[in-house]
Amino acid sequence: MNKKIFTLLSLLVLASMILAACAPAATEAPAEPAATEAPAEPEESAATEAPAPTEAPAEPEAPSGDMAYECSDEIGCVDIAPGDPVHIAYALVLSTADETLGVDSRNGIEIAVEDRGQIAGHAILLDGEDEQCSAEGGQAAAAKLAADPSIVAVIGTSCSSAARVAVPLLSQAGFTIISPSNTALDLTIAGNENQHPGYARTAHSDSVQGKAAAEFVYNELGLRKAATIHDGSLYAEQLQGVFAEEFQALGGEITGQEAVDPNQTDFISVLTSIAAGEPEIIYYPIFIAAGSLITRQAKDTTGLEDVVLMGADGMFSPDVMEGAGDAVEGLYVSSPDFTVFGDAYETDFVPKYEEMFGTGPLSIFHAHAYDAFMIAADAIEKVAVQDADGTLHIPRQALRDAVYATENHVGMTGNLTCTPTGDCADPHIAVYEYHAGEFPPEKVWP
Amino acid sequence: MLRNWRQRVSLTDVIVWAIGVVLAAGVIYGTIVTLRAEIYAGRTWIDLTITGLALGGVYALIALGYTLVYGILKMINFAHGEVFMSGPFTAVFLAIYLDNIGFLNTHPIISLLMITILSATVATTIAVLLERIAYKPLRGAPRLVPLITAIGASFFLQYTFRGLYGSGIKAYPEIDVLQGSWEIAGISIVKTQAVSIVGAVLMMLVIWGISRFTRVGKAMRAVSEDQEVSALMGIDVDRTIMNTFALGGAAAGVAGILYVLLFPIVNFFMGFIPGLKAFTAAVLGGIGNPIGAFLGAMVLGLIEAIGPSLFLTGLGIPAPYQLKDALAFVILVLILIFRPTGILGERISRTKA
Amino acid sequence: MTEKQSSLWKTAISVGLVVGGISLLLSLVGMVAAFNERDIITGAFTMGQLLLFSPLIVGGYAALLRSQEKSLVRGLFGGVLTGFFGGLVLTALLVIGQQADLRLMFPNASPELYSIISFGVEPPLSYVVPLIYGAIFGIIGAGLELLPTRVRSAVLTASLWVIVLGLFRDMFFLIPVLTRPGPITTIFRWIFGPSGLSVPAAIILFVTVFGINFWRFGRPKPATPRRGFSEQNRTVRWIVIAIASVILLLLPQVLGIFFTEVLDNVGIYLIMALGLNIVVGYAGLLDLGYVAFFAIGAYTMGVLTSPELGFFNLNFWAALPFALLATTLSGVILGLPVLRMRGDYLAIVTLGFGEIVRILALSEWLRPYIGGTQGIQQIAIPVSDYILEILNTQALFYYLILAGCLVVGFIAWRLKDSRLGRSWIALREDEDVAQAMGLNTVTTKLLAFATGATFAGLSGAIFASKLNSAYPHSFDLMVSIFVLCIIIIGGMGSIPGAILGSFFLIGLPELLRGFSEFRLLVVGAVMVAMMLIKPEGLWPEERRRLELHEGESEPAEVVEEEFAPVGSSPD
Repeated sequence: MNKKIFTLLSLLVLASMILAACAPAATEAPAEPAATEAPAEPEESAATEAPAPTEAPAEPEAPSGDMAYECSDEIGCVDIAPGDPVHIAYALVLSTADETLGVDSRNGIEIAVEDRGQIAGHAILLDGEDEQCSAEGGQAAAAKLAADPSIVAVIGTSCSSAARVAVPLLSQAGFTIISPSNTALDLTIAGNENQHPGYARTAHSDSVQGKAAAEFVYNELGLRKAATIHDGSLYAEQLQGVFAEEFQALGGEITGQEAVDPNQTDFISVLTSIAAGEPEIIYYPIFIAAGSLITRQAKDTTGLEDVVLMGADGMFSPDVMEGAGDAVEGLYVSSPDFTVFGDAYETDFVPKYEEMFGTGPLSIFHAHAYDAFMIAADAIEKVAVQDADGTLHIPRQALRDAVYATENHVGMTGNLTCTPTGDCADPHIAVYEYHAGEFPPEKVWP
Repeated sequence: MLRNWRQRVSLTDVIVWAIGVVLAAGVIYGTIVTLRAEIYAGRTWIDLTITGLALGGVYALIALGYTLVYGILKMINFAHGEVFMSGPFTAVFLAIYLDNIGFLNTHPIISLLMITILSATVATTIAVLLERIAYKPLRGAPRLVPLITAIGASFFLQYTFRGLYGSGIKAYPEIDVLQGSWEIAGISIVKTQAVSIVGAVLMMLVIWGISRFTRVGKAMRAVSEDQEVSALMGIDVDRTIMNTFALGGAAAGVAGILYVLLFPIVNFFMGFIPGLKAFTAAVLGGIGNPIGAFLGAMVLGLIEAIGPSLFLTGLGIPAPYQLKDALAFVILVLILIFRPTGILGERISRTKA
Repeated sequence: MTEKQSSLWKTAISVGLVVGGISLLLSLVGMVAAFNERDIITGAFTMGQLLLFSPLIVGGYAALLRSQEKSLVRGLFGGVLTGFFGGLVLTALLVIGQQADLRLMFPNASPELYSIISFGVEPPLSYVVPLIYGAIFGIIGAGLELLPTRVRSAVLTASLWVIVLGLFRDMFFLIPVLTRPGPITTIFRWIFGPSGLSVPAAIILFVTVFGINFWRFGRPKPATPRRGFSEQNRTVRWIVIAIASVILLLLPQVLGIFFTEVLDNVGIYLIMALGLNIVVGYAGLLDLGYVAFFAIGAYTMGVLTSPELGFFNLNFWAALPFALLATTLSGVILGLPVLRMRGDYLAIVTLGFGEIVRILALSEWLRPYIGGTQGIQQIAIPVSDYILEILNTQALFYYLILAGCLVVGFIAWRLKDSRLGRSWIALREDEDVAQAMGLNTVTTKLLAFATGATFAGLSGAIFASKLNSAYPHSFDLMVSIFVLCIIIIGGMGSIPGAILGSFFLIGLPELLRGFSEFRLLVVGAVMVAMMLIKPEGLWPEERRRLELHEGESEPAEVVEEEFAPVGSSPD
């Protein structure tokens, strides 16, 4: 691109900005309403709706022009003209090594959209951003979403590190946020820095899964000496930490806690080092690539031939069967208990997943994402007010209250009731055992 | 005499040496403490050593590609890691196919041969394409330019393969005959590790043989000595450079198969880190020097396998294996402080950098 | 066949197959399908189709260029031939794809892709479709080559404008002002359809740019020296600066939260780029581990201000000097062992340093001090919470980052012409000679590292504060490489180049978020292309450009201009 073109382009941008600055009531003013009407955009393409500057949270109502309905909500309302869709966005991890997590969740949401069809008589517009499972990615994604006031609710984020930065932005923008897979504890602890109004999640927290795994190993398998390996990711590190704590509380002994790099391929050295501590079981709640290799190489490590191997939901995938080969026999994994998902899961959800995406479920939070969407949709229908001329008004604060008030929502993942701080999960953790050639693995506990 | 010494050694030299001594002391101290505490049995050390050697062997083959190219062009082919990846990542499909039709386990040797040939061919093709398209036009440019091109090519190749074959992992099917371990002189060696070590050594010998005894090899050595004079002597420099890349690519392709024997998982990203490690190994041993590359790779492999256990557990550091890469780099700095051109030093081709 | 004819055939076939291969590659990699969602011109053609066709057009052009065919008829025929063979490759894909499911190996070889390639036509008729449009685009390419340069350049520029504007349509609608009902919004809604440019707008744009370019191309280029500020009218300069300042200050309000966020990220990388510019650009020291200083700045800020870790509890401004001090020191510490290393050894050791810092940040060992995997939370922000009510995070940090960029940019600019700067350049050119001339290489190198490190530390501290947290995962090798790419693509040692590079490498991908999976593929290709075509960068430092294009007939006029005022009277 030569300089001339660049200069011309920048002149154009500059000109448009000056024009914009001159436009009436265009700039600044924290007195701007935070939520404005969604413009009449008939297409449902991936194009985002038109935003307004979102400044301070506590705002006066949006001036509603000639509407019969007066929005008296603390935050503001989303006004949807007849024929316009209800805009729900997602913020999930769609690239980087963890992308299966986000893509799988998005698939779950898309199935929910398909099942639901419409909300309060309006079509559903689903789009979103990639949060890249990092703080900066979460911030960028949230900034983009926050710039669009037509969004009613956000299903996200996938990763807790992104959540800590994204949720404040989204919360400030007035959205309701429901995460399908955030598991960090601090996000829903009242008074915690990272707990923000409008946030809820349908996923269990790490404390639940780690505890269940520890109980399984101690009580069910009767083992007393364990070692853990994590891969440097927040999720794995926290999970093995909880496991270690609980295991020790029960009376077990942790012989070693090691860490590896997720892209690493040689684990024999680490395993040999762990073997020196003579553990009876190794718990490595990490992901497919590294996990499969560890499973394989443990069998080849002297001292670990008989050791029990256990992973977590990151390794609940057919790729593990391929990656670990025959060594997968006897591998345990903890995971949300799919058997309590109800018949609808087996008979409707999974076949639909395969039909729409050409593959079986890629990860484990698709059902949680499905439920997150449904909870949001239910809450919207509960609080939305239809105007005389057909415009739909969704008061934002009322929507949040409705989500927090969710009780006994019969979802795919169980019976969901939300706490005032946003924990909606109905956690059932089960332990599965892999047998060579069989997927899914067999449930062995509880 | 004293005055002479003061003139030759400056303050910075002293400081740098001091740093080196401190690091070395730390390493030695850690070793002594670990060994005295007898945390690990002798058996463990043997296992770790063999693992280190197997790893080193694979790194050696990749490092060879780096060093051959450096010797001739004085450039670091950053994209070599991706050349390494392209082979096994493509050959995996053949392997899966052979497994599906049962051929893999009934004729393991032929299958392995076929897979290796495919891998080497693909890798060689990519290497040559790389050279023709990206590097050849930049022959005379200042050294940063080809480096950046190489980095760009590296990304490009990674993501092209990601786009072509998908972002997930693929696994090599198991060859039954190679499962388990052999008992040799009371030591049990994992079969795949043994094959990998032997394969690496064989390949090194082949390349050494080519370099020493064939015309092509002689041309390569000549061009890396002095490009201009070689041209005057009637050597087709262009062709020779292409051959060098081809040889390096073939080595990487074979290395790829040996690698997946040890670690049967492939994905588009698998070449990046081994590429870096191999590059480190080549520098460690003295870049431009093939024997140096081999040595450096072995040393690196051993440090990675044994280092954390040997140096760090004694110092009471939790999760020492997490630091293995950091340790490898520290050792690299250490060695470079005392021997700035690597263990065996650079090849003596004195063109000013 | 005459020799000329057979060579035409040969060129056409070889070029055709190559560009066909490129189209095939773009398809199998998934770019064609992914980009197919975006219309360039509403209802007319999509970005995906553009990707599919452009190699064919380029093929026609290149084949003709190669064969130097002048006759119109034979030229166009050559174009047809080239395009035909290009299309043949695509047809081959369709044929094979029909027989066997290629998705086991190439997940992107899906029926959707086939229908894009064949325009929705069912097989077996679909096999002919690529051949037909191949021929058509081949002719277009050939035609382009046969056109007089003036027309061709105008056509290309106009097309570029249409494509770029069509692609970035969505971006416009994120500007806050453009969505309120109003005259401007109506205009923009007319210009852009639901996706891409609307047909009438596209035509008008094309014609306008074509016209402008055509007219300008014809006029002779005045032999002006490269623009120098010092020659311009002082008052004009001040007016420009004043306007620019006002615009810069108002930007966050005008652009809204998302674009401010983008600018923030561009700014953070810009500060780093200016720092690396000094190390690599001025002093010629290849540092591949620059992210280490970024990390140290961020972590120091974190350790000193986070109440979670509880060690110090300073506020942002009190901690900032310490963060800068820490990074400067680490710059010196890195510099010491590598003093005697050259070139590639330097590169690998600095890379190692970057990795060491990251691994240590991630490690369990140092966890009690710096947070380990979980990182550091609750890092202080520059102002009290009260101000956050008025100004949102992105805007707040925009001003801070802007200030940072200005300070750093100023320092870098002044350093360039200073004695130290010249020492660096001497060092870069030839270290031995510089030493022989009496330069203290040790201090010079250490100063380079230290300065570069300080800039990165500033950037890191701001980064950590903006995110309120610091995770080791943010500080990997890719950051170093990205910053390096920025200054290379922008122009090494050049400050405007760094700005340009940051916008391209950081800003652009943010704007094209939908295509993030191809980002590095494109960046990689662009890097290679740039090095082959314009290695000095987009906005190079004068000296560099001269260096890299040595031997090409160039700057005799520049030298004259420089000397003319001085040599007005013979000495």
